[in-house]
Amino acid sequence: MNMTATGRVNLVAMAVLLFSMAGGMATLHAIDQLRRGSVAQEALYLRSSKVLRRLSLGYTGLLADIYWTRAVQYFGEQHHKGSGDFRLLAPLLEVTTELDPRLLPAYQFGANFLAPKPPNGAGLPGSALALMKYGIEHNPGQWRLYYNLGFLYYTELKDYAKAADAFAQGAELPVTNEFMPILAARMAQHAGEFDTARMLWFTTYQSTKDALVQENAVQHLRALQVDEDVTRLEQVVEKYREKTGRWPLSIGDLEREGFIHGTPADPNGRPYKLMPEGRIEVQDPKSLYFITKGLPPGAESPEPPRETEPNSKP
Amino acid sequence: MNSRIGYIAFNTFREAVRDRVLYNLVAFALLLSGAAILVGEISIDVERLVVVNLGLTAVSLFGVVIAIFIGIGLVSKEIDKRTLYTVLSRPVRRWEFVVGKFFGLTGTLVVNTFFMAVGVFLALLYVAHKFEKMDGWVLVALYFIVLQFLIVCALALFFSSFSTPLMSAVFTFALFVIGSLAEDLRGFAKITQGVAGGLATAIAYLVPNFSALNVISQVAHGDAIPGRLILYNSIYALLYSAMAISGAVLIFQRRNLK
Repeated sequence: MNMTATGRVNLVAMAVLLFSMAGGMATLHAIDQLRRGSVAQEALYLRSSKVLRRLSLGYTGLLADIYWTRAVQYFGEQHHKGSGDFRLLAPLLEVTTELDPRLLPAYQFGANFLAPKPPNGAGLPGSALALMKYGIEHNPGQWRLYYNLGFLYYTELKDYAKAADAFAQGAELPVTNEFMPILAARMAQHAGEFDTARMLWFTTYQSTKDALVQENAVQHLRALQVDEDVTRLEQVVEKYREKTGRWPLSIGDLEREGFIHGTPADPNGRPYKLMPEGRIEVQDPKSLYFITKGLPPGAESPEPPRETEPNSKP
Repeated sequence: MNSRIGYIAFNTFREAVRDRVLYNLVAFALLLSGAAILVGEISIDVERLVVVNLGLTAVSLFGVVIAIFIGIGLVSKEIDKRTLYTVLSRPVRRWEFVVGKFFGLTGTLVVNTFFMAVGVFLALLYVAHKFEKMDGWVLVALYFIVLQFLIVCALALFFSSFSTPLMSAVFTFALFVIGSLAEDLRGFAKITQGVAGGLATAIAYLVPNFSALNVISQVAHGDAIPGRLILYNSIYALLYSAMAISGAVLIFQRRNLK
């Protein structure tokens, strides 16, 4: 078969094109293998949001979206590898939020990437806290950020008082979630700040028409009363012991010595039990949801049926 | 607009279409549809933001590139092809030629922007499944982008009235970059004292302010754009374009075309 000169040139050109394309891709793959990790490292050279802001010529929103996507990809990749090295995560999130301080997902998910211990997260609760505070500073009207801050204090830092404070601040915003005061009260209860918790739960009860939320508030107020009663009674028992040099044998002993007036009872009307070594317990723990005190050793606070606990857990 | 300007504008538009300028819409459509589909896979909770940010940024940058590369050739191409002499031998004044070219190019960009805007809204519908009230502000951002094109077209035409196409492109692009950083320049002028301060202030007010015309980030978050900003930006863009076109006319009137 005879081929024209043009045909031959076309054939050779096509062959060179395909060969070059395949060879180029293979070479690039080899370069990637050689420079593994260096692509992500480049983020460190461009971590100044001020420089990036100017380089973007004002198109900062798109650049922030790119950096956020990069942060997600970086976290996902390190997490997938089971690596404990998340050193670029905080800078990537910083650049993202400095380029677009209103990019809420970067705070909400970013804090959850940063705070947990490796391999589930970067193990940087301090950076997560700084990120959330920066987010709140620039988005003071977003209750979700206060929610995330409270969640962070609660789950990672175990600082119930600050968690309660964050939830309470979020609950005071004009646009908020009805569970914010519930969460605030719960945190305060964990922190032992009974008056704060009682006030918040009472406010929750008053500020909603939702029967489930009201029932939830009532249950927590009852639990709060138990926790406070048990705490107070155990203090009285300790005082009795200091005065008499022995543990009281019954609640009646406390009454006879004038430490208390009447027989104290839980919200269900059942008198509290005095246990060995001065512990106070409720008679029927299963009937009192959310209590943290007055439980038998090793027992956990019972949870209410799902219909009376409408997704109020953080 | 008189009929001669209209004819020149229409021919400029037709020529741009013939030069396959609108083919950029294919690249835009691929970019946006790719982003709309991919972003949900590779990022978290920013689908709408990405569509608005990427869509509007692409509308703006594609348009600026077209404005510069078409705008710089509007006069020189006519001189090189000697078609300018044919046009000017007819009862067409030089200023009508310049103004007609300006309207033709901005018309091309408005049509281009219209199709891109349709693409942005379709992508929004794809990712959000419905339109929301705040999506209306995207139209304002698109309007500001068109105002941006007016200024860039006028500048490209201004530089091309006395300079080579390459230098016109460099000058126009440089002014676009400086104008995009206009707020930084103003900040610098405020903190600078003496002659340098006066010079910086003068430059800050002389270069086009593109940063005020960029509200992409705001509308991506659903922020309302104040009516006064829309009014002032419209007036500013019209005045700045008029200034640059007047400069182009003044230079072109005196230019020796022999």
